[in-house]
Amino acid sequence: MASNKKYWKSEAELNPNDSIVEALRQNEFVEDIPVDEFLGDKETLESTNTNRRDFLKYVGFSTAAASLAACEGPVIKSIPYVVAPENIVPGVANYYATTIANGFDFASILIKTREGRPIKVENNKEAKVAGSANARVQASVLSLYDSTRLQGPKSGAGDDVSWDVIDAAVKSKLGSGKQIALLTQTYASPSTSRLLEELKAAYPTVNHVTYDAISEEAALSAFEAKYGERALADYNFENADIIVSFGADFLGDWQGGGYDSGYSKGRVPKNGKMSKHVQFEANMSLTGANADKRVALSSQFQKVALAYLYAKLNGTNAGGELPADAQKVLDILIAQIRKNKSGAVVVSGIDDINVQTVVLAINEMLGSKAFDSKAPRYTRQGNTKAVQSLIADMNAGKVGALIIDGVNPMYSLPNAAEFKTGIENVGLSVTFSTNWNETSAVSTYAAASNHYLESWGDAQIKKGHYSLMQPTIKELFDTRQFQASVLKWMGNDKSYYDYIKETWNTFVLNGSDFNKAIHDGVFVAGGDAIVNDAAELVAMATTASEEADTVIDEEQMMSSSTSISSAVRSLASATGADGMELTLYSKVGMGDGQQANNPWLQEFPDPITRVSWDNYVTVSKADAQTLGLINENVANGGLDGSYANLTVNGIPVNNVPVIIQPGQAKGTAGLSFGYGKKAGMKSEMQTGVNAFALYQDFNNIQSVKIEKAVGMHEFACVQLHKTMMGRGDIIKETTLEIFNTKDHAEWNHVPVVSLNHQEVPATSVDLWDSFDRSIGHHFNMSIDLNACTGCGACVIACHAENNVPVVGKQEVRKSRDMHWLRIDRYYSSEDTFEADDIEKDDADGVGLGNYMFGDREGDGSLSTFDRLEEPSANPQVAFQPVMCQHCNHAPCETVCPVAATSHSRQGQNHMAYNRCVGTRYCANNCPYKVRRFNWFLYNNNDEFDFHMNNDLGKMVVNPDVNVRSRGVIEKCSMCIQKTQKSILDAKRDGRPVADDEFQTACSSACSNGAIVFGDINDKESEVAELKESDRMYHLLEHVGTKPNVFYHVKVRNTTEA
Amino acid sequence: MKKVTYRNQISKVLGISLVVFLLSSISLFAQNEVVAEEPAATEDASSGDAVKGKQLFNQNCAACHALNRKMTGPALANVEARLAEDEGLDREWLYAWIKNSPGMIKSGDAYAVKIYNEYNQAAMTAFPTLSNADIDNILAYTVPVIDNGGEKETKTIPIVSNEPGISNEIILGALVLVFALLVMMLFLVNKTLRRIAEANGVVVADENAEERTPIWKAFAKNQFLVLCTVIFLLLGSGYFAYGWMMQVGVDQGYAPIQPIHYSHKIHAGTNKIECKYCHSSARKSKHSGIPSLNVCMNCHKSIYEYTGVAGEAPSQEDLANGYTNDFYTGEIKKLYAAVGWDEENQKYTGDTKPVEWVRIHNLPDFAYFNHSQHVEVGKIECQTCHGPVEEMEIMYQYSPLTMGWCINCHRETNVQVEGNEYYAKIHEELSKKYGVETLTAAQMGGLECGKCHY
Repeated sequence: MASNKKYWKSEAELNPNDSIVEALRQNEFVEDIPVDEFLGDKETLESTNTNRRDFLKYVGFSTAAASLAACEGPVIKSIPYVVAPENIVPGVANYYATTIANGFDFASILIKTREGRPIKVENNKEAKVAGSANARVQASVLSLYDSTRLQGPKSGAGDDVSWDVIDAAVKSKLGSGKQIALLTQTYASPSTSRLLEELKAAYPTVNHVTYDAISEEAALSAFEAKYGERALADYNFENADIIVSFGADFLGDWQGGGYDSGYSKGRVPKNGKMSKHVQFEANMSLTGANADKRVALSSQFQKVALAYLYAKLNGTNAGGELPADAQKVLDILIAQIRKNKSGAVVVSGIDDINVQTVVLAINEMLGSKAFDSKAPRYTRQGNTKAVQSLIADMNAGKVGALIIDGVNPMYSLPNAAEFKTGIENVGLSVTFSTNWNETSAVSTYAAASNHYLESWGDAQIKKGHYSLMQPTIKELFDTRQFQASVLKWMGNDKSYYDYIKETWNTFVLNGSDFNKAIHDGVFVAGGDAIVNDAAELVAMATTASEEADTVIDEEQMMSSSTSISSAVRSLASATGADGMELTLYSKVGMGDGQQANNPWLQEFPDPITRVSWDNYVTVSKADAQTLGLINENVANGGLDGSYANLTVNGIPVNNVPVIIQPGQAKGTAGLSFGYGKKAGMKSEMQTGVNAFALYQDFNNIQSVKIEKAVGMHEFACVQLHKTMMGRGDIIKETTLEIFNTKDHAEWNHVPVVSLNHQEVPATSVDLWDSFDRSIGHHFNMSIDLNACTGCGACVIACHAENNVPVVGKQEVRKSRDMHWLRIDRYYSSEDTFEADDIEKDDADGVGLGNYMFGDREGDGSLSTFDRLEEPSANPQVAFQPVMCQHCNHAPCETVCPVAATSHSRQGQNHMAYNRCVGTRYCANNCPYKVRRFNWFLYNNNDEFDFHMNNDLGKMVVNPDVNVRSRGVIEKCSMCIQKTQKSILDAKRDGRPVADDEFQTACSSACSNGAIVFGDINDKESEVAELKESDRMYHLLEHVGTKPNVFYHVKVRNTTEA
Repeated sequence: MKKVTYRNQISKVLGISLVVFLLSSISLFAQNEVVAEEPAATEDASSGDAVKGKQLFNQNCAACHALNRKMTGPALANVEARLAEDEGLDREWLYAWIKNSPGMIKSGDAYAVKIYNEYNQAAMTAFPTLSNADIDNILAYTVPVIDNGGEKETKTIPIVSNEPGISNEIILGALVLVFALLVMMLFLVNKTLRRIAEANGVVVADENAEERTPIWKAFAKNQFLVLCTVIFLLLGSGYFAYGWMMQVGVDQGYAPIQPIHYSHKIHAGTNKIECKYCHSSARKSKHSGIPSLNVCMNCHKSIYEYTGVAGEAPSQEDLANGYTNDFYTGEIKKLYAAVGWDEENQKYTGDTKPVEWVRIHNLPDFAYFNHSQHVEVGKIECQTCHGPVEEMEIMYQYSPLTMGWCINCHRETNVQVEGNEYYAKIHEELSKKYGVETLTAAQMGGLECGKCHY
């Protein structure tokens, strides 16, 4: 009955000899299933005769076996010490004071160690100078456990060698008569300076050249010309009433950074006063974002403006044309400065000796209280001329041996190619570094150097302010620090520790106890004489190599007054670059790129653009339109941007992703250093492009040609909405004038709801019975939006304290970032946030017609909201750290089907990970979006190669906090492990808890005082006082969640009188 | 000090020392046969009371000295005679030395300096409180008694041999064999009979096959009964399955074999060593901590062998388990090997082999437990959770360590608020709120998830 009709799918089937048809008939899948990709490598697979059935059997068996095995607990071994060190109690953390001085970051810090493992960086509150750790310093503890570190000395070809080989090679060169060049980072170290001086005395051919990847040459030379010492003026912005900055990102890495805590102290309105900060800049920097008034200007106009300021303050006229708005701002400023000369301070980040000279002259002239030239900073010592002449010497074959420490010139020199030919002409080159890098690859030997947490050392960050570096762990690998090596080469049997001790006892301590100095980590010299002694030590190393450029110095020293007037003249007549102006800068996350292999820093979102895992060229919206560059959001929520090719002086950097940056001055572009590193890096970390190639003549301002390139770049951006669209209850803002004159109900409006036809404050209405929290501790956190600069140290501190996983670029792009604490950044759509509110309130009707068919300029709400989504060309910026708000009426708790999240009487919202089944209802119901879901197992997983998949990286894990597994929600716990510890310590001692004992990771990391944590049931506590402040408000108060985190209204000082 | 006349007569000294050496070695051998050294009060020890001396010796000297063994300090058997003969030092010198040895080293006494240097420059503690009479007593104790075998407890304790065990097994085996044979024979007989019957044409018919329904069929037909049985079986299996599953991961009674047989019974029971002497971090840390080996060596530097409980012979049970004195001494030797202690020279060799203990009490990672909170603040006895450790020959997990067990205790246990300033305010307020004088951990918030899970 069956039909004999033959059905065919293609004509080829009719041909019985067609091999393809035969193959198709035999194989279920046309293409081979790439089983080897997920099962193992091809060869072993082919050599076995496992078929699919066997495979299924194995799967079945292993599943059964695994589930059976799970019933039996594993045997866990415990290995106690043979001889326990006296000061280590398992389970109790020890803290050691030390110092980071890696040539870019200088800070006195405390290291928390557990069972001998450094796990966390804390601020050293004893330190009067640079006692706070920024995001990079906070993250540096992870770099210690980087599995890609050099584990022993190697040859340039990558083969292991012994230290003896390197020592013998260097020793043989030392006496050879040819120049022995030391190319090093800035040490600012009295002991290292003394050591290198001794080396020079023993071997006169030694030439020490200090090199900063990101140079402060202009500022150093200007300071030297004026004050005779190669150093940087110190500023204490706390003392300033008026801060004027011309392109100085002093809340970032300007002149070594570390100025933010002083700045923040002056920003909190006290007795109706706060400092006023005006920023003239091209890029939207962290500093500009915090300014009361920001004027977007290219560097050309910044120079003219500076000249104008100088001239006006002197009562003369400098000439030069300025845009009208800048002129207006300047005129108001000048009037204000005239009234309060010593309260004003001027800074600039333009790499131009004229600019820096004028800045010093203005501050000197004003007698600024915030300006300190007597005790300057030594955190940058680099000498670009000496570096260039060294490269020339190398190429000329004059250098017998080159020893490099702490710098990576092959990566960070703009003329790296020249350096490469030079190093090939050098008989012996030894590069000290912790990781294999571009320079190690071209050196004769790559000497494995200690991480700073394994090293001895010292630093004089500011004149008279000394700090000591002590190892917090024994060397993990066969490494040796540079200074110990120099001692060895000199035939000195002393350890570097003894050498430091000797230096300190002789030159620094003046009879004080060395052990106490080690314990404190810092030492402040009392007498002037001693200060100068040791300062000379630091200066010694640089002065000797500066002989080459004394001519210029003398010229400048000749007559400072004439040089200043000529400097001002040249500034006033500054001309614009042809093409666009490129400002090179460093990000607070990456700095000069030393820690590019650190996943915490890679995943740290830039505070301004909120982009992680990338650098990019920032352009203004207007320029983007001209150049045809776009940013767009794609369907999965990711941000895409065009590529552009950058050319500076004929040197191209191609395929740079583009970010359209609100506030970028028209005609300018920005690009950050620190990315584009390749050598010795994990593949995931090889992100971005290398901006150092464009760093011609070590000048951060370059003339650039930008062209659109093909393709779109996929960014991992964590914040896609840019503005608040007039929702003034997220970030409340006011001006100092209103703050001082009006009642707080007016500028800190509490939302109202209708209850029994009466408008009552939303906070007074309650759906639930309130829980009694008056007994015991009730934790609250205060976040002052005036003090927060958005620096992000808290984000990394939270990472380290709470074992927050790193998820990688692709996951971040899918909005699966795991940060418990984020710092939201909002732009205003109008010129100010206030204007946004007015615009929104003025919206009238829906305005569909205008929206659909009109010009969208109508005042219907559709058009209005559409406009409000776009930030203005020069927006106001506000930062807001947001973590779990620990609501007393938490929406997350009511929707959890398994009661995994619940409330405590101490005010913390608990999250029991072991109870969570991963429904994510809580995350959906959270109005603050602070709950994070573990989409994958991030530790022990080679798909997430971010140090947590190897034993070394896991040493950074905090043993007091759970490492979460796949499928559970996690979130900020308000560092319950820390509060519980403080309580237990007090219980054990039988005493009440002191106020400052209660800390979270973020509050203790915040040296700006923006985050304050404590117990509001302790009426004496700082946080209880802050809660009573008029500026206090809760985020989304009208939702009625009653959070235990509160914010302080941001006040901007816009006074013009 | 008396003047010694023959100080320079080296040959004489050598000769005498040879004699002394021979004598002492004899005494050594002699003592080896004696299990418990009980030097009797002998008259030649010039009026000392050896019994009192023993007591004093154990109190003051035993930490660093043994009679016949070099320890932190030299062996003291016959010390007076030895000194007199070797060095020509008399009892006066000994008085001075014992009462103020550091002083003598300082004053440069030749032998004092020599002995100081010989023993790693570890100065002997001065005992100014000992009277001359006390020292006489001690010295009397140090004079060895040459015992002539005698009836002293030469413990040839009958080894409660394993023979009964072995014979039991043999008997059992034999019985099993016999039974097996019987079964086989029955089977064979039955088969043979059937074959014979078949051969003879006898048909073995099931007579009642047709008439009576088999009981299982009757059962199957009674649906009510089937239902009841099914429900019963389901409930029963559910009960047992639940019970079985609830014990998954609960290791109550877990008593792994440890690399060194450490007896809590001997240490905490017999010798009444306080738990927190060894587990000192329980006072200030979340971990009670397994003591580091240097803590063991605080005592075991001088306790180099196990001699059993004073006045008691090892129990039959111990012996049956193989816990003889030699066994324990062997375990002490394991400790020495691990810590790198050279018994001969009383020195650490530096060659250590850290001990890999098997962890008994394992809490999952997601549960936070802090010993100091319970031990120091809560003043809870270790035994509350760890059971009668002082009776445990092999340490085992006493409590289930489940969450229910924790919670129950938190509900029932009162917080130790007295005398703790921390609780002053909170206690006052809470007791007002709940109207009670004592507060349980639960009332203090000890049941909140986040107190243990973070």
